Amino acid sequence: MGKSHEVSRRDFVKIMTGVAGTVIGAGITLPAVGYVLDPAIKSGGSGKEDWIDLGPLENYPIGEPTPFNFTRTQINGWEKTFSTNGLFVLRKSDTEVEVLSNVCTHLGCRVAWHEDKGEFICPCHDGVFDEDGNVISGPPPRPLDHLEFKVEDGNLFVLFKEG
Amino acid sequence: MASKIYQWLDERLGFDDLYKSLLDRPEPHGTWWNTLGSATLFLFTMQVLTGIFLLVYYTPSPDHAYDSIQYIMNGVAFGWLIRGIHHWSATLMVLMVFLHMLRVFVTASYKYPRELTWVVGVFLLLTTLGLGLTGYLLPWNQRSYFATTVATEIAGLVPGIGPFITRTMRGGTDLSALTLSRFFAAHVWMLPLTLAGLIGVHLYLIIRHGESDYPTEED
Ligand code: HEM
Ligand code: FES
Repeated sequence: MGKSHEVSRRDFVKIMTGVAGTVIGAGITLPAVGYVLDPAIKSGGSGKEDWIDLGPLENYPIGEPTPFNFTRTQINGWEKTFSTNGLFVLRKSDTEVEVLSNVCTHLGCRVAWHEDKGEFICPCHDGVFDEDGNVISGPPPRPLDHLEFKVEDGNLFVLFKEG
Repeated sequence: MASKIYQWLDERLGFDDLYKSLLDRPEPHGTWWNTLGSATLFLFTMQVLTGIFLLVYYTPSPDHAYDSIQYIMNGVAFGWLIRGIHHWSATLMVLMVFLHMLRVFVTASYKYPRELTWVVGVFLLLTTLGLGLTGYLLPWNQRSYFATTVATEIAGLVPGIGPFITRTMRGGTDLSALTLSRFFAAHVWMLPLTLAGLIGVHLYLIIRHGESDYPTEED
């Protein structure tokens, strides 16, 4: 065995080992990266929001805030979570509509409509809001959130944003 | 330039010395049979890596174990691949360990001064089998549930302390959430760490003794 032959054969084995190692390494690393990043990629960049169908607008009486509750299912991987959400639809006239979140702006309890007083009252720390959601008294720092909505073919849709 | 950097580093880290004392040793003119230990080592490395990745999604609770595996298989990109590698190299690893042991036996390499290499090897085999046993339960499906029921029952056949062994393995009289979480703990921490430690001793001994040459006719 000549010396030059010996060396080139050794180098050949080294190179082949390097190539095989790189191929195997990449073959595992690339899928692994995709595997870990998958939920981040699939959930997309924007926050979660959805148009909720509230049915025909005329079902909601004029003049009184009407509560509407709905449950949302979320699937995160193998886990399903249910969240119950509520809002109030207030029709002031045939054309004028307001949709208010029922989440108190203080610490997030759910407010209730008190017909006798004409106020939203939060049971947690006695936050009080008027019909339009403005703060009358108590700790809430700002009015109830107004939700975006649209009316299509006489049906009311509300844009619900998670969190 | 590159060789200068290398020299600077080597002066402080001692790569060359490491290489000389660990790997640059005379080897017998071996055959492919001599590669089985290294093949096992490679598979073990793969198991550790893919296992770590499986842990990103796997959940060791009776409520979620099965669903989380379904999610890995169908919901996550390349989940099937990661799990597939873990599954098949687990099977292959047991096979490799056996073949490796067989070759060491056939070439009589367990003789002086390598008796302890063999003894450590026996524990390597047992730990590998333990990993197989504990891993099998983790998907928490019918098959794994009953396989574990049977396996822990067999362990219970040991005279005297048998029932106690069964209860220890199961974490109670029946298979339950406790069984799943102790099998999980054993599978991802206790046994792999044990195996890694044993492999360290095994390799130390191999480096210390060098590999055995094949027996000649006089032997
Ligand atoms: C996790 C399992 C194991 C790993 C990673 C492993 C690794 C290795 C490696 C890399 C070698 C170098 C030579 C070769 O590959 O043939 C070796 C040699 C050896 N192994 Fe293992 N081994 C394992 C299991 C076992 C088992 C189950 C036994 C026997 C019960 C055993 C007994 C030996 C002996 C006696 C040698 C020295 C052979 C010689 O010097 O020719 N090993 N092992
Ligand atoms: S949460 Fe409503 S008043 Fe505090």
